[in-house]
Amino acid sequence: MLINALIQVGIFAALVTIISVPLGLYMARVFSGEQTFLDPILRPLERLLYRLAGVHPDREQGWAEYAVSMLLFSGVGMVLLYAIERLQLFLPLNPQHLSAVPSDLAFNTAASFTSNTNWQAYAGETTMSYLTQMAGLAFHNFVSAATGIAVAIAVIRGFVRRNASTLGNFWVDLTRAVLWILLPLSIVGALVLIWQGVPQNFSPYTQVTTLEGAHQVIAQGPVASQEIIKQLGTNGGGFFNANSAHPYENPNPLTNLLEMLAIFAIAAGLTHTFGQMAGDRRQGWALFAAMAILFLIGTTAAIWAEQKGNPQFAAMGVDQHASALQSGGNMEGKEVRFGIVNSALWATVTTDASCGAVNSMHDSFTPLGGLVPLVNMQIGEIIFGGVGSGLYGMLVMAVMAVFIAGLMVGRTPEYLGKKIESREMKLAMLFILIFPALILIPAGIAVVIKPGLAGISNPGPHGFSQILYAFTEAAANNGSAFAGLNANSMFYNVALAIIMLGGRFLMKVPVLALAGSLAGKRTVPPSAGTFPTGGVVFVVLLTAVILIVAALTFFPADALGPIVEHLAMVQHQLF
Amino acid sequence: MPERKATALWDRNIVNGALRDSIRKFDPRIQARNPVMFVVEVTAAAVTVILLRDVIAGSKLIGFELQIAIWLWFTVGFANFAEAMAEGRGKAQADNLRRTRTETQARQIKEGREIMVPATSLRRGDVVLVKAGEVIPGDGEVIEGVAAVNEAAITGESAPVIRESGGDRSAVTGGTTVISDWIKVRITANPGETFLDRMISLVEGAKRQKTPNEIALSILLAGLTIIFMLVCVSLYPFALYGGTPLSLPVLVALLVCLIPTTIGGLLSAIGIAGMDRLVQHNVLAMSGRAVEAAGDVDTLLLDKTGTITLGNRMASEFIATLEVSLEELADAAQLASLADETPEGRSIVVLAKRNYNLRGRELAEKDAQFIPFSAQTRMSGVDVGGRRIRKGAADQVVKFARDNGGAIPAELAPIVERISRSGGTPLVVADGPRILGVIHLKDVIKEGIRERFARLRAMGLRTVMITGDNPLTAAAIANEAGVDDFRAEATPETKLQLIRDEQAQGKLVAMIGDGTNDAPALAQADVGIAMNAGTQAAREAGNMVDLDSNPTKIMEVVEIGKQLLITRGALTTFSIANDVAKYFAIIPALFVIGYPELQSLNIMHLATPQSAILSAVIFNALIIVALIPLALRGVKYRPLGAASILSRNLLIYGLGGVIIPFIGIKAIDLIISALQLA
Repeated sequence: MLINALIQVGIFAALVTIISVPLGLYMARVFSGEQTFLDPILRPLERLLYRLAGVHPDREQGWAEYAVSMLLFSGVGMVLLYAIERLQLFLPLNPQHLSAVPSDLAFNTAASFTSNTNWQAYAGETTMSYLTQMAGLAFHNFVSAATGIAVAIAVIRGFVRRNASTLGNFWVDLTRAVLWILLPLSIVGALVLIWQGVPQNFSPYTQVTTLEGAHQVIAQGPVASQEIIKQLGTNGGGFFNANSAHPYENPNPLTNLLEMLAIFAIAAGLTHTFGQMAGDRRQGWALFAAMAILFLIGTTAAIWAEQKGNPQFAAMGVDQHASALQSGGNMEGKEVRFGIVNSALWATVTTDASCGAVNSMHDSFTPLGGLVPLVNMQIGEIIFGGVGSGLYGMLVMAVMAVFIAGLMVGRTPEYLGKKIESREMKLAMLFILIFPALILIPAGIAVVIKPGLAGISNPGPHGFSQILYAFTEAAANNGSAFAGLNANSMFYNVALAIIMLGGRFLMKVPVLALAGSLAGKRTVPPSAGTFPTGGVVFVVLLTAVILIVAALTFFPADALGPIVEHLAMVQHQLF
Repeated sequence: MPERKATALWDRNIVNGALRDSIRKFDPRIQARNPVMFVVEVTAAAVTVILLRDVIAGSKLIGFELQIAIWLWFTVGFANFAEAMAEGRGKAQADNLRRTRTETQARQIKEGREIMVPATSLRRGDVVLVKAGEVIPGDGEVIEGVAAVNEAAITGESAPVIRESGGDRSAVTGGTTVISDWIKVRITANPGETFLDRMISLVEGAKRQKTPNEIALSILLAGLTIIFMLVCVSLYPFALYGGTPLSLPVLVALLVCLIPTTIGGLLSAIGIAGMDRLVQHNVLAMSGRAVEAAGDVDTLLLDKTGTITLGNRMASEFIATLEVSLEELADAAQLASLADETPEGRSIVVLAKRNYNLRGRELAEKDAQFIPFSAQTRMSGVDVGGRRIRKGAADQVVKFARDNGGAIPAELAPIVERISRSGGTPLVVADGPRILGVIHLKDVIKEGIRERFARLRAMGLRTVMITGDNPLTAAAIANEAGVDDFRAEATPETKLQLIRDEQAQGKLVAMIGDGTNDAPALAQADVGIAMNAGTQAAREAGNMVDLDSNPTKIMEVVEIGKQLLITRGALTTFSIANDVAKYFAIIPALFVIGYPELQSLNIMHLATPQSAILSAVIFNALIIVALIPLALRGVKYRPLGAASILSRNLLIYGLGGVIIPFIGIKAIDLIISALQLA
């Protein structure tokens, strides 16, 4: 069992590391406007798009203009999606004649996909037409991811430029993220998935009679193309309700591995993009290492908790040990073709990155196993994190770590030679503050009002975990679910939509302002007295600061949810 | 270096004064300056109100609530006390200074007449006469005369210093005493703006402004406070869901334990104590900003003369030409130098006496005529008994010998070159047409300077030596002293340009200066330390004044700056790390009824829920007091590389900060249960 876990996690971790370097360096070339092998095809297309949209690619924007462009683009995209959902009955590509999406659900879904959360309070196959899925949802899968990448690149520029007043051009960064990164990777990935058996068609659902004579409707559609961008863009919104646990989304262990790699690839690569653009690759590796450590801690804890299973069952004489015939452990809500390790690993990966695609039901995890995804999100989706958002979130934490401990080397804090002063501290603090506010305040309200309590499906601490999880994933733009919560109600649709938008855009603005402020500074060259941010000490410090900040903020809440549930389980009480 | 005596840490007078001041500081208007402690005060007041309500209603929790309230007020009080202690130490020094600012009378010169006026009525531009035994009535510039001045009131050094008009020693400070002769002084500061006044207000911390890094840190602390308020406020409904209504006092206890009260309470004390430490080293910083900047300095500009070398070159060797004996050379050299009052000249006389037992002679009898040094001839000497002895720059003396019909020995040029190359100054000696030999004048490097530069290098500072010498000489001295870089043939403009160049690369530059022509560079430098003995212009241009006029003082200044920042960082880290243990104490205690399972988190096995909460609150308050000495003295600074300092401090204050409260809270809990307080 241990060997099995080591091999599977080891292969995955090694592949992420190997892929991240060339991808990261490629992205650095793309956003620095250097030559790439795709230029002959994409340059003319890019120029055409700029001409059509009236974009002047050489005109750079200050942080405020960059932020306004980003907000306008996202706002218009959200309104369009809402319109498509409401009007889908009158639009083509709706062979099932699915009716208009209700207004609160449509609002929730529009907010969800615009904010790269892809929380789904609906079942895709019975709610969304093919057009809505492809033109509405898949469009956002691309552009919300590209928006994240663009902002991350702008933030990197803020850290590495000196005496500059601009951070780049949002429209250029957005276009390049889609054309050079997301599209090519998606095309290749989708073809691989089709080869592995994932459907890609526009057929109406197939009606079949099963061997038992029962009547069954088999849903299908353009799945492969949706599936790959859902992972690459850390979107996570499944084509089907069962998400990546559905055999048409994720048929076998190979696709499972590839899809997990797709979730981490861009976010991991961006750390090297950062190192490359900063002119010191070790800076990128340091962030990568901190992320990797946190990932491995989470994975180990989740696999351990799930493999250990439920002591209550053991007391009843149920064999939960792994053996040649069974994977043992807690298999409730997991697919047999993935088993414990690949389910727990996926749960960690999807919540480290703000993906939210699931191949097992987190609600059915053991309390501690379920705590891992929860904590991963509470850390702020920076363990590789959402594409783009993971990197800039990590950079804000690096600024914090440098500020708290950097003083201890006897210099005023600096990161990459940029002095961290009160303006930067204000913006970093704002960024860090917004996140717990978005989780704790609404969760505090939801647990005492009727519409909030109506959604939970289990009593006691587990019900509390469901609510806490829902607001956490919304603020973290994750979109995975402790599926037990019935969130398709007016209260949850609206509340979660607002939190998702806040978790995305309220945080993007201060981080862009922070980058703008840093870009204008001069760079202090490093000396023997400078805080070394490319080494082991910094990695340990950064990891510790991240864990302590998250623990201090969320320990009381977690103690009343998964922790107390675990302690109760040990003492023979289940919820 | 006469260090101002550091006041004992727990000096009785200071402690008494601080106790009084800490009561005054409970005023919410004063607390509002410090968001963390303000929150504590507000919540303490809230708990007190609840307590009063419960006293009236007769609840059985009164004993517990009373203790919580008391310790919350103590928390505020301890922080007040820390700040008052730091201020008190400054005030003690200020009082000493004030004593010197007695009401003096001044002889003002007005329209050629001398009138007696009170010192307080003097304004900038007035001219006063100060005679022996009188106190100089205000800061000013000597415009006439020369006098010995006792500056003990300012520097603590009782040896008198010479102040004279013109040159680089013309500034005088109000409150100092003329002990011989007289001087005319043009007053340069209005009453209330004098050096003494500024010094008093600085050490008292009365007009203390938060420094940039202090502001940034306050923002971080305020942010953390808001986060913990969110945590505690949301915990109320969360607990309600679990069927455990929490009372305000326990929520407040949790909040106060979590917010960074340790650093919040000690932050201003750390800043004041940093300024105080500088004053103890006889350095006055004109702003806290300059002290912070000192910790960040990347490049240090040092004048060669006076800083790296003893002010003067000394004769170290006589090298005779082939046909001349060493005694003859030494004799001629001594003769030529007898009337030479420069330190170089005197050192030649001394060397001849020491090595060749040549006594100084009375030359007046011999009808000797001295030829003084001039910039044109670049040599000096003596005409005595028909001999015309000259010593001076090689080319000039060679020309002199040639003009007198002499031949130049072939070995001369190599000797001269060897001395130059080694960093020395060759003085060629000629007697009429005969070239006798060469005197090797050597710059004497100050003792221990090499080690100091090594220390600076370990701190990450680059040292650049500035000298007017030629590049050859400069290189040799730079090498001997161990500086990282040097600029030869420098003019005052070179310094300014060098500072600008370094700053353009983003570096922070510190320099020391005394002369008026240093003023622009002092003003341009990020840390400019003016010598107190220097000119008024230099003193006004710099942002620090070294009262001892000791150029190597900059190293202490840099260390104090770094120490200040390290202390802040260490206590911040410690404060945040402390929270981990407090959670383990308080969370299980809060939910003992609703979720008894959480008792397994009570890993310290604290006796009762009340004693657990109380212990955490008491620990939180007492740790402030326990850390006052550290805040006032500062964390010890060792000149190691940044990475090793960091890992060391992280281990002590980070890991230590996690572990210590577990021990402390447990110990307090044992005491509380033994006393049956909860």
